[in-house]
Amino acid sequence: MAATETMTLNMGPQHPSTHGVLRLVLELDGEVIVKVTPHIGFLHRGVEKLSEYRTYHQILPLTDRLDYLAPMSNNLGYILSVEKLMAVEVPERAETIRIIMAELTRLESHLVWLACHALDIGAMTVFIYAFRERETVMEIYELISGARMTSNFFRVGGLSQDVPEDFVKKVSDFIDVMPGYLDQYEGLLTTNPIWLKRTVGNGVISAEDAIDIGLTGPALRGSGVDWDLRRDNPYCGYDKYQFKVPTGENCDTFDRYKVRLIEMREACKIVRQALDRLKPGPVLADCPQVCYPPKENVYNSIEGLIHHFKIASEGFAAPEGEVYQGVEAPKGELGFYIVSDGGNKPERLRIRPPSFVNLQAIEQMSVGTMIADLVAVIGTLDIVLGEIDR
Amino acid sequence: MGVDNPLGDNVITTSLDLLVNWSRKSSIWPMTFGLACCAIEMMATGASHNDLDRFGIIFRASPRQSDCIIIAGTVTKKMLPVIMTVYEQMPEPKWVIAMGACACSGGIFDTYSVVQGIDEALPVDVYIPGCPPRPEALLFGLLKLQDKIMKERNSFGNAIGLGERYIPEAA
Repeated sequence: MAATETMTLNMGPQHPSTHGVLRLVLELDGEVIVKVTPHIGFLHRGVEKLSEYRTYHQILPLTDRLDYLAPMSNNLGYILSVEKLMAVEVPERAETIRIIMAELTRLESHLVWLACHALDIGAMTVFIYAFRERETVMEIYELISGARMTSNFFRVGGLSQDVPEDFVKKVSDFIDVMPGYLDQYEGLLTTNPIWLKRTVGNGVISAEDAIDIGLTGPALRGSGVDWDLRRDNPYCGYDKYQFKVPTGENCDTFDRYKVRLIEMREACKIVRQALDRLKPGPVLADCPQVCYPPKENVYNSIEGLIHHFKIASEGFAAPEGEVYQGVEAPKGELGFYIVSDGGNKPERLRIRPPSFVNLQAIEQMSVGTMIADLVAVIGTLDIVLGEIDR
Repeated sequence: MGVDNPLGDNVITTSLDLLVNWSRKSSIWPMTFGLACCAIEMMATGASHNDLDRFGIIFRASPRQSDCIIIAGTVTKKMLPVIMTVYEQMPEPKWVIAMGACACSGGIFDTYSVVQGIDEALPVDVYIPGCPPRPEALLFGLLKLQDKIMKERNSFGNAIGLGERYIPEAA
């Protein structure tokens, strides 16, 4: 019998389905994958280093660009960790709007995931549909912050400004129609024989392995582990909301797809509850040491102008110490670890990105499967290179 | 109009340059080459709401089939050689669009690992500012590129191997 030898194949960084600039070096035995080695760093922008030279307020725009599919979740994670460090109490209205935006961001991120994942596997229609709904979320972003993607809307202690009047109606309308659209996607995919052949039994990872690797988010829940930071380590007042945490059973790509779709439905329900709780009130904490003054003070009084100038130019000095705060971003646990030496800039800012950790599972999920299934595995991991490379 | 039209009404006379330019501008095929945040807006421009197909703009996955590269995102020093390879693999004539602040000038990432603008390495035809630019901005940039292609001279002669393409300076 003739001996076979393996072949090394390079995939990426320029490849339409590596979701950015991921490079994979594959070792193949025929069409079967023997080894996968991810090479990262093609989008390393030095965010963590850059943060050491910026005041706490100035770091915020950098966090938008980490996981650019979910800018508001990144902002939230960073802002919460700074607030924990400074012990700032956030007004209720600000918290509620934060939850609305965080959940809309989850919807948006999952929509882009669904679009790309389906497109990679060959279902182009879903891509066109999902981007249609994403446009509505982008309009809401634009309405409140003026930017479509890099919103930079939250502030330490609250929000940069209150939301406009038609915000509630716009979000409410979107939440009303969204479940119908989700039914549309399910109609296209859930019972589609091609979709089932490509996803059922693909990318299997057991619950133990998932925990060992440190998977978080839908990738972990798809393996049947019931863990969600919003429920198990509540922040931002999530403990006041009722929502289900979906889990999978078969630990495969199809289950992770189901988990994410249910999460989108739950996100709609959380936004509905938050809209019901939304009451008029201040959106910025009364904490002049840390927070920007209201704009009317800046424009109409010299004290307000000086206050604004001081915060914008010098920032605020944080107490010495270290703090970690994790949030349940759409892709998993996003954590910010800040070490402060008492100055107005962090001595060290370490970001724990969910995609970076989740990418480690690629080897376990794809070894032994066919090379064509690797594309489905990359899609189901839902990685964003901006976050992996930072 | 008083113009004698010996060829009849169904024939349009034009110059060969114009014909070549018109066909090139009506079928700009860019690379699907997303680097960072801007790539998502590039996808959004290609998707349902804005629909690039109506301009004849169809994303191609291979550099051999495309004639325009949209640098959509931050270019790092590790990525630059890859972009150069992809650019060199594209057949002539080819155009480069720098999309977003990072591709134009490095943007907010003035760090050790980021190339401060893709024009350090590639000849950029259109710069689109924004972080990221709106889909409308990308559309406008592509229309500007179409205008630029229409201004080219000797594009037919160059295609059959006579002389260089002459690209007038931007007005």
